[in-house]
Amino acid sequence: MKTGFLNDVVYLSRRYPLGVAGVIIMSVFVLAAIFAGTVSPLDPFTTNPRASLAKPSADHLMGADMMGRDVMSRMIHGARISLAVSIGATFIGSGLGAALGLASGYIGGWFDLLIQRAAEVMQSLPLLVMALVITASLGPSLPNTIIAIAIPLVPTVARVIRSNVLSLREMPFVEAAKATGMSEFRIAVVHVLPNTLAPLIVLATAQLGSTILTEASLSFLGLGVPEPWPSWGRMLSESAAEYVRTAPWLVIFPGLAISLVVFGTNLLGDALRDALDPRQRD
Amino acid sequence: MAPVLEVSGLSTVFHTRRGLVRAVQNVSFSVNAGETLAIVGESGCGKTITALSLMRLVPVPPGEIVSGSVKVDGNDLLLLDEPAMRKARGKQISMIFQEPMTALNPLLTIGRQIAEMVVLHDGLSRRAARDRAVEMLNHVKIPEAERRAREYPHQMSGGMRQRAMIAMALACKPKVLVADEPTTALDVTIQAQILDLIGDLRREFGTAVVLITHDLGVVAETANKVVVMYAGRMVEEASVGEVFANPKHPYMTGLMSSIPRVASARGLTGIDATARLTEIPGIVPPLINLPPGCAFSPRCPRSEDRCLAAIPPFEVKGPDHSAACWRA
Amino acid sequence: MATLIEVNELKKHFPIRKGIFSRAVGAVRAVDGVSFTINEGETLGLVGESGCGKTTVGRTVLRLVEPTSGEIKVRGQEITGLSRTDMRPLRRQMQIVFQDPFSSLNPRIRVNEIVGEPLKVHGVGNKTERNDRVEQLFKRVGMRPEQMTNYPHQFSGGQRQRVSIARALALDPSFIVADEPVSALDVSIQAQVINLLMDLQSELGLSYLFVSHNLAVVEHISHRVAVMYLGRIVEYADKVSLFANPVHPYTEALLAAVPLPDPSLQRTKHRVTGDVPSPINPPSGCHFHPRCPIAVARCSEERPMLREIAPGHQAACHLR
Repeated sequence: MKTGFLNDVVYLSRRYPLGVAGVIIMSVFVLAAIFAGTVSPLDPFTTNPRASLAKPSADHLMGADMMGRDVMSRMIHGARISLAVSIGATFIGSGLGAALGLASGYIGGWFDLLIQRAAEVMQSLPLLVMALVITASLGPSLPNTIIAIAIPLVPTVARVIRSNVLSLREMPFVEAAKATGMSEFRIAVVHVLPNTLAPLIVLATAQLGSTILTEASLSFLGLGVPEPWPSWGRMLSESAAEYVRTAPWLVIFPGLAISLVVFGTNLLGDALRDALDPRQRD
Repeated sequence: MAPVLEVSGLSTVFHTRRGLVRAVQNVSFSVNAGETLAIVGESGCGKTITALSLMRLVPVPPGEIVSGSVKVDGNDLLLLDEPAMRKARGKQISMIFQEPMTALNPLLTIGRQIAEMVVLHDGLSRRAARDRAVEMLNHVKIPEAERRAREYPHQMSGGMRQRAMIAMALACKPKVLVADEPTTALDVTIQAQILDLIGDLRREFGTAVVLITHDLGVVAETANKVVVMYAGRMVEEASVGEVFANPKHPYMTGLMSSIPRVASARGLTGIDATARLTEIPGIVPPLINLPPGCAFSPRCPRSEDRCLAAIPPFEVKGPDHSAACWRA
Repeated sequence: MATLIEVNELKKHFPIRKGIFSRAVGAVRAVDGVSFTINEGETLGLVGESGCGKTTVGRTVLRLVEPTSGEIKVRGQEITGLSRTDMRPLRRQMQIVFQDPFSSLNPRIRVNEIVGEPLKVHGVGNKTERNDRVEQLFKRVGMRPEQMTNYPHQFSGGQRQRVSIARALALDPSFIVADEPVSALDVSIQAQVINLLMDLQSELGLSYLFVSHNLAVVEHISHRVAVMYLGRIVEYADKVSLFANPVHPYTEALLAAVPLPDPSLQRTKHRVTGDVPSPINPPSGCHFHPRCPIAVARCSEERPMLREIAPGHQAACHLR
């Protein structure tokens, strides 16, 4: 049956209403981030002593911070960095991890041994410490932050994918492909990799939230995206201890945004996992 | 002689997202002490759900036993509350499964698992229960029972594990033993040993055995009575001799002519072993989407209009022989 | 009849590795010196119980598993030493059908792509030609072409097995290893697949290595039969003579153990006792001696070699 793109969209949204909710949540954030300059009501960097710690009001829908900067505008601009870092790092980390896991599990032998030992060494270091080391040596900037957060994700993904590949490569359909004379590389890519999609998506969506928080910690230590660029994580971590009682809006709104993004990606991830699996259709 | 196990009008359904699945519909049969009744059929015919329903082990929800009775010595198991049913399992009615490895606890020794059962049901002391466990292992002809009792399931071969599971199932001398494909996962030579063992123990203990299988050879060699199931319903019931000599339902006839047989079974009387097998066309219908009339009608070489229109009643077609077919 | 496949003294030992350096501490002698031939258009049945090595033989003949030693000749050409590239043209001639119709088809790929894949791998024809060929194969195995774009899970076990057979046929092979192809199927479906395999053989002149534990099915489909026990062939004969006059005590035991679907036959029950031993540490001499009802001292000391008992009938037993 041939269906147009529109038909597919209608079909998928009927079938995965939660996935649609995820798409909507993520689209709102992504659009806000892209058009931050146009949609944000005020300049995120302009300080205003008179508005210091202003409560949410008509002037400042989400209140203002210590320096009187508009929280909503900072949130909208912060979406850029937070989303770029979290999505970017998750993609790079999962992609790299999946590639290494696939190679490690499929090739096996000494290569597998090497990758696994390396992964163990990396996993024995706390995530943040490793990210710290990487940014400290590369210097603070957006791309470096993304790399610093992505690299520590690699071993976890690699190990999960590898264990999946180990059982998949023994499957009769892989043997059947070998019996036709298909090259090992194509077997790995065509037959093995797509069957690891489900755990990969689950893992990636689970990690997305933690990447936002890692970025916050890095920024808090001065090793993230440099000031004065706002990010949700930094907004949260800077104000959490000091203002949670006196100016809770400084904590609530970034916290809410982070939760929503995590929630949205999880909805999206679950729907994606099911939609990409032919066994879940019809 | 009153039958030990009397099942009547048993129906089990599953509530699924796609609708109501009638896995077992109106199944009735009875088994005497020391007798074996075989329930034969293919995947999805409802034979395993029937077995689980007898034990009341159907997962609820989504499953539900909606009607019928399962009487062991006149007591209806379906009327018992859950604690009473737990007591009945093992003591009144016991079950062995296809894959003993998944039915045994991998973290406990075989002897311990059997002893647990005995302590629970017969209130024996630990010591006495252990002795009973060893005695049972001897009964199922496990060599060096003393030592084997101290082993864990993974240390045993498939055949030994199945023996151990039989020992466990029979440790409290239940009146009924339900055996769900007990030899399907085993090699032929081991299968023969296990079938012999079940037969010997049945005679020795006077247990009524319900044997679930898809293998007509196993049926012919071990059963006294046979129930044939298709798509959740009984389609034929008779003594084993009757059913093989004189099958009434076209499904049973079809099955018998579709299986290849070894030469020694044919007495080498010049039947061409390479002749085409008779096929039953089509596939087993999914229970969620059964045809309106007789469920076998789309595959039946003898079906006619009324077969497509109405479900044939299960009725007596001869001495000791019942079937559900308009044309039998 | 010309010989298509010739296997000589084939061995496959899987090392058992332990410790951090994966040192080999022993070996599973899955296949331990097996020889047989398969002629054009012929079916050789390979029977035995689990762990006897019959599946490994099938895999090794196709070089899906590398043999430890021995020869495998396809139309006289030795293939054990061939590189991947040199193997490729031979792969077109040799295919496999697996037991489990669920795990043998990639769940994420449509069945027409599955059946067409071998054509693509070998660059046969263009896209339309390949499509036509797939459609033709579909019809040949008794499926409707409309079902071609479905995914594997949308089919029943028997239909999936037909898809597997279509995939194996795609490149017009002359030899197919059928590894328990009907064991996972319902009884009423088995006959359909057996008939299909036999029809294809007479139509296309295929040769089969038919691996199975089911003696009745093997007898039905094979021309000649080899019985394996713990990595070795213990009896090897044409079908009629093997099933009518089994020579090796193990073959006798196997035949005696098969339950027969006829309650009127009261057979003498002479059962073998004991379990199939582990192929890691098989019994000395004749592997069957601990379970054999007629074993003598010599059986535990000396390995009996296959020898001709009657024309075309070989058995490995000191006493027969």
